[in-house]
Amino acid sequence: MRWNSILLAGPFALALAAHAATPAASTKAAPGYQVGIRNFHFMPAKLVVPAGGTVTWINHDEEPHVVTSVGDRFKNSPALDTNDHYSATFAQPGTYTYFCSIHPQMVGTIVVR
Amino acid sequence: MKDDRDDVLPGRRRFLRCMAWAGAGTLWLVKGGVAHAGMLATGAAAADATFGFVQISDSHIGFHQAPNPDPVASLRQSIALVNAQPRRPDFIVHTGDLSHLSKPEQFDTVAELLKEAKTGHVFYLPGEHDVIGDDGKAFFTRFGGGAGGNGWYNFDHHGVHFVALVNVRHLQAGGLGYLGSEQFAWLKQDLAGISASTPVVVFAHMPMWSLYPAWGWGTQDSAQALSLLRRFGSVTVLNGHIHQIQQKVEGTITFHTARSTAYPQPAPGTGPAPGPLKNLPAGRLHDYIGVRDVRHARGSQVLAVTEQSLG
Ligand SMILES: [Cu+2]
Repeated sequence: MRWNSILLAGPFALALAAHAATPAASTKAAPGYQVGIRNFHFMPAKLVVPAGGTVTWINHDEEPHVVTSVGDRFKNSPALDTNDHYSATFAQPGTYTYFCSIHPQMVGTIVVR
Repeated sequence: MKDDRDDVLPGRRRFLRCMAWAGAGTLWLVKGGVAHAGMLATGAAAADATFGFVQISDSHIGFHQAPNPDPVASLRQSIALVNAQPRRPDFIVHTGDLSHLSKPEQFDTVAELLKEAKTGHVFYLPGEHDVIGDDGKAFFTRFGGGAGGNGWYNFDHHGVHFVALVNVRHLQAGGLGYLGSEQFAWLKQDLAGISASTPVVVFAHMPMWSLYPAWGWGTQDSAQALSLLRRFGSVTVLNGHIHQIQQKVEGTITFHTARSTAYPQPAPGTGPAPGPLKNLPAGRLHDYIGVRDVRHARGSQVLAVTEQSLG
């Protein structure tokens, strides 16, 4: 499993602690929010999080997917292979639309309140 | 066999579409937009062919799961199949998704393996898996960016005009494959000087018709490009992306999608999503993957398309 993270949170912090090569483990229990990627869909397609919330995408498909911000409003993920994770923290309230840059029919939204 | 377009096709075309699923050994003669099926052994055009070329697609080097944990081996076998042909193909075209994740070592593996192919030249065009994260830089560095550096290019061979298009860059949220206005302008200029009697062959990674948009199987601005191609007497469009053989005839334009050398995907709309068809009968993977042989007969507009599975 490969980790692609800006900031890890919640249940993943535990797994990360065992991953000695990654230095930036935070033990602070920041609220974690998850978006699963399954059968070429972001689930949930729309996720509401509070400002400062961290969202973690997990790819369950055999196909890779790429979390890509429409309008470059947050950092794009690298290619997420099966079981890869990617996290982004949303400081500013707003509506963030994203899609998969290689399967553009896959579209999701993060609403930050 | 499953085909959600059968009901709108005339009887003969319906039969031909079904034949396209039959696997290795079916010979396609395409003349004036109407395909004629025959057996490989009796194909006069194949015997008289002035030249032939091979299409390879969707090698997905770096993929490592069911139903094919070793796409390097299956690409190597595909090349061996090409090398075993009685007549050496003038060139090979790889219609994209060489790699699974656009990694330099995945591209290098494909380039190394294709050095073993007995052919005059190998043409490449990128799939969406080849342009991840760097907009195709690693791909174009190795395989060329075409005349303008954007990936598309043309060439002529024995009186046939070939155009390689890129429809996997700058994809837009909610969209499909995308050519863009710059490429369209280039295509328009490129085709302007070609006589309508010249056979035209178009390569692209994603399907150039709305094959199954819900799964992303189409190109959102392909109609524009096709409008430039309708005046030609014979247009053959070859693409990959969907890892299975599908065919469509639209006037003088014939579309063929190719098998993958790595793994098959489900027929349109069967199952919850595209992606690898995992539950193949044991030992049957090689029936679902392979290469495509295309031959052209001098002085005619005939292109004979033959599918070859590894099985
Ligand atoms: Cu995707």
